[in-house]
Amino acid sequence: MMIKSLKAQNHRLASTEEQLQFLNNGIFASGDHEKFEIYLQRNERFPLRPAQLEILQVNVGYMCNQTCKHCHVDAGPDRKEIMTRETMELCLDVLEKNQIPTLDITGGAPEMNPDFRWFVEEAHKRGVQEIIVRSNLTILLANPKYHDLPEFFAQHGIRVVSSLPYYRRNKTDRQRGNGVFDKSIEALQRLNEKGYGKPGSGLILDLVYNPSGAFLPGDQMQLELDFKQALKKDFDVSFSNLFTITNLPISRFLDYLIVSENYEDYMDRLITAFNPSAIDGVMCRNTISVDWQGHMYDCDFNQMLEIKTSPAAGQHISEFDLKKLTNRAIRTDQHCFGCTAGAGSSCQGTVA
Amino acid sequence: MSSKTYYDPADLKKFGDIAEWNDDLAKRFFDWYNAVFEEGSLSAREKSLIALAVAHTVQCPYCIDAYTVDGMKRGISEEEMMEALHVAGAIRGGASLVHGVQMMNKAKKLGM
Ligand code: SF4
Ligand code: SF4
Repeated sequence: MMIKSLKAQNHRLASTEEQLQFLNNGIFASGDHEKFEIYLQRNERFPLRPAQLEILQVNVGYMCNQTCKHCHVDAGPDRKEIMTRETMELCLDVLEKNQIPTLDITGGAPEMNPDFRWFVEEAHKRGVQEIIVRSNLTILLANPKYHDLPEFFAQHGIRVVSSLPYYRRNKTDRQRGNGVFDKSIEALQRLNEKGYGKPGSGLILDLVYNPSGAFLPGDQMQLELDFKQALKKDFDVSFSNLFTITNLPISRFLDYLIVSENYEDYMDRLITAFNPSAIDGVMCRNTISVDWQGHMYDCDFNQMLEIKTSPAAGQHISEFDLKKLTNRAIRTDQHCFGCTAGAGSSCQGTVA
Repeated sequence: MSSKTYYDPADLKKFGDIAEWNDDLAKRFFDWYNAVFEEGSLSAREKSLIALAVAHTVQCPYCIDAYTVDGMKRGISEEEMMEALHVAGAIRGGASLVHGVQMMNKAKKLGM
């Protein structure tokens, strides 16, 4: 049976105020733990400032064919929020006028937005240097209308970034749902057939690994080796890079942490592993995240917590002003410990 | 009911505190410890599994905790961890049983 999103369950954590309340008044209320801001201050990095803007990450909707247990978007088949073509237009204008090199399209399952292909084609036409699509893989097999997507991706030189929690069936299915592993492997094989992840093809297929539980990811290089060996040997699947990502304590993953009584230990682990050299590489420094309605955020996680970019920098894509955004202070909160723990974590994996 | 027990999971994080009463020896221990677990002729992954198995043999709850987390971080599967434990268990059981030869020797010598 498909699990429902927190929103459809009317779960208390579907409210972002509740989440922020919890994050700030849980283990931080006692004063035993210092807040993220203090860690930044101690390293003379408060307020956190952006570097050069390289990526416009556009979330085209929260609808998804899966309901993964750890999803920080709280995405699922019951989520109806979807970006319109008008808002996509605004994003395309911003990309073009400001020469932003990378468009990173995410969701939910971004392919489920009816204007998804149009968006990609337009971005391609307008010469956006790199277009990334974050695909959950199973969507490529979910319905015949998606079956030609690998070809569509290849035609437009899309970089495909796909999540695969593990190279074995049971762990993947536990996190993402029964049958997801086998379908993901089939989708990877279809992408491989089109040249994706094959040396010399120029078609990049990256995998994203995030821990299936309340622990930090291990060494990215070692895990990439393990993944490459196992997927090649067992399924003749190849891919380009593996990015390890730390699960941030928000939305469904936060719910999981609380219900499984892992919350305190997990936060403690993140805080203890705070690594100042990861600060430079956190994704809010080179990215602006846009939601389905066109609101702007410092990152995808802030989007899910509805922490918009600072008012002085503008909060909607229609008021995009590169200079103001470059001078903004990034808005951080306790979930940010996830980005700076250990080797750090960003959309591109390890940062330190 | 008192919740006090001999072992407190929070004590694992305080392991470094042993330096408080002998800094020099603690430093030498931790340097050596860290060097032991580096990638060598054996991979760090193999060493992690050995540590997990040994932790069960010496029945140290701190080490069991630490090397279960370490194994999961490394992507070591539950099946691999359990197999390592059976190796430890087999050696443990075998080590008891093989002394049976000593027992038998003694009994045979003493008996008529
Ligand atoms: S596939 Fe991605 S967006 Fe969809 S539910 Fe899973 S984690 Fe969330
Ligand atoms: S959660 Fe967002 S704002 Fe916080 S450090 Fe990570 S990328 Fe930056």
